[in-house]
Amino acid sequence: MADMTTALGATRLPNPVMTASGCAANGKELHRFFPVSDLGAFTTKTVMRDPRSGRPTPRMAETDSGMLNSIGLQGPGIETFCVDDLPWLATQGARVLVSVAGGTAEEFGEVVDRLVTSPGWPAVVGVEANISCPNVANRGLVFACDPVSSERVVRIVRGRVPAGTPVFAKLTPDVTDVVAIASAALGAGATGLTMINTLLGVVVDTDRLRPRLAGVTGGLSGPAILPVAVRAVWQVTAAMRAGLLPRAPVIGVGGVRTGADALQLVAAGASAVQVGTATFNDPSAPRRVLAELEAEIDRHGFDRFADVVGIAHERTAAP
Amino acid sequence: MSGGVVRVTGELIAVRRAGAYHHLTVVAPGVAELAHPGQFVALAVGGPTSANLLRRCFSLHRVKPSGTYGGTVDVVVSAVGAGTRWLTALRPHDPVDVVGPLGRAFPLPAEPVPCVLVGGGYGSAPLFWLAETLRERGCHVELVLGAASEDRLFGVVEGRRSADAVHVTTDDGSAGTKGWVSDVLGEVIERTKASVVYGCGPMAMLRSVTEVAAAHGAVAQVAVEESMACGIGVCMTCVLPVTGADGRTRMVRSCVEGPVFRGDRVRWDALDGGITRVPDDAVGAPRPGGH
Repeated sequence: MADMTTALGATRLPNPVMTASGCAANGKELHRFFPVSDLGAFTTKTVMRDPRSGRPTPRMAETDSGMLNSIGLQGPGIETFCVDDLPWLATQGARVLVSVAGGTAEEFGEVVDRLVTSPGWPAVVGVEANISCPNVANRGLVFACDPVSSERVVRIVRGRVPAGTPVFAKLTPDVTDVVAIASAALGAGATGLTMINTLLGVVVDTDRLRPRLAGVTGGLSGPAILPVAVRAVWQVTAAMRAGLLPRAPVIGVGGVRTGADALQLVAAGASAVQVGTATFNDPSAPRRVLAELEAEIDRHGFDRFADVVGIAHERTAAP
Repeated sequence: MSGGVVRVTGELIAVRRAGAYHHLTVVAPGVAELAHPGQFVALAVGGPTSANLLRRCFSLHRVKPSGTYGGTVDVVVSAVGAGTRWLTALRPHDPVDVVGPLGRAFPLPAEPVPCVLVGGGYGSAPLFWLAETLRERGCHVELVLGAASEDRLFGVVEGRRSADAVHVTTDDGSAGTKGWVSDVLGEVIERTKASVVYGCGPMAMLRSVTEVAAAHGAVAQVAVEESMACGIGVCMTCVLPVTGADGRTRMVRSCVEGPVFRGDRVRWDALDGGITRVPDDAVGAPRPGGH
């Protein structure tokens, strides 16, 4: 059995598989199917400062090998999260990656300020700044579409999260040059990157001849986007290897359904992998993907998971 | 850790036509033993490599905790899309991936009060089991079953065994009274002196069931039909605005807080034309400009 531990900055995790933000609520629902402490980390649903109703329904449209969602970051706000959700996860022994967001850069900071005072804070192994949720009324508010906005948010979050606790910036592939955004986030002090968020899409209802989603646009997720996620992880990893970006851990996410899918992201450069939409199909998907990934690492004869991270860059045939 | 829910690979043992619908019986060990009327199961469709990832949710028509094959669950399926067509094309002994039982069941009255159960189309599926459960508790039970046309009714014959009386309506008059369930419901409530009306079916019907029940002094308990992606409470797609005991409206998940709600707590005013708005007074509603 290979050593599955992985390092995210100064944090070491017993294995590299996590839930993906917004696909696992805050743990209680999935804990009915497997112990949340089995995972390397549990990534929570993005929390904002205030309670938030989310968008009108329909909020979901199934697509080939995927789905569109326009939830709109529904949630009870940071206070309830700190009092109820995070302490519960801590009690279960989960290692928690907390996804945070704000309507403004300053709101990200306010959320973090409250977060660090939660009695559950010792369970937190990192903070993921969700600067790339597509489900906002104003596309101009997708911070990760712009290097300057990305840098501003990450700098505030990094400044408020205690040193030693990693900060990850979650990026969207819906940009011209994801390496430029990655550079801005890492330049602002992010420990690493989470890639990718959903891609913006529209589905038309062919009976009503109008958009299926009440909010018109939604985020595309599921196995259909796996190659996009692998591409994004590949591009930033290649830039790091070429010395164009500082070396930093990448959490791969997008379309993972099996251990072999996870292995693609790892071989492209991801030090950890999140399982998202597949959980809707299989409530134990994150736990299953971990077992399958371990089997894949063993099948290839590696002793350490860490030795596989980015290996595809070394095995790429010369042009 | 199960928390009252299991995920099992079951086995289909029978598919029968029932008018416009299909009636499936699946061996699903562990599900039947835990289930109550009003709860549902989430079935995966298309097999392990399916391009249709989202589970299809069906209210439990009946359960048998122990049978020849182990516990079974019955569901009624209307084959209208890729997933439901795949399910209804399954053959006996094919595997079926089942998660359940899910959601909150119909609350049962503490006293043996008269009850009216209203079903629209195959929404009636859970009502026969509910009727039998209520009658075991001494309740007088009458059913009102409605549909667009006779072939879209479900369970009229079964209803005559399960309940004290059955009333049928069809939009086109092809069976029973021509019209809607709401046209006859008031009279049934008055005559039976019902204090609880249970409803399951399309949202527009549930709204009128709630209004008619209130007009005749009865409480409505309705099982809503919201499209769900996961059925287990993690995807946040099946929300609808419901007013809580504190008087505040929240967008709540119909898969875990429902699917059964008190009818007078659902914000029907926010539902229109297939879209459910977030009421302006809902907790965390968007400020001008939206979110």
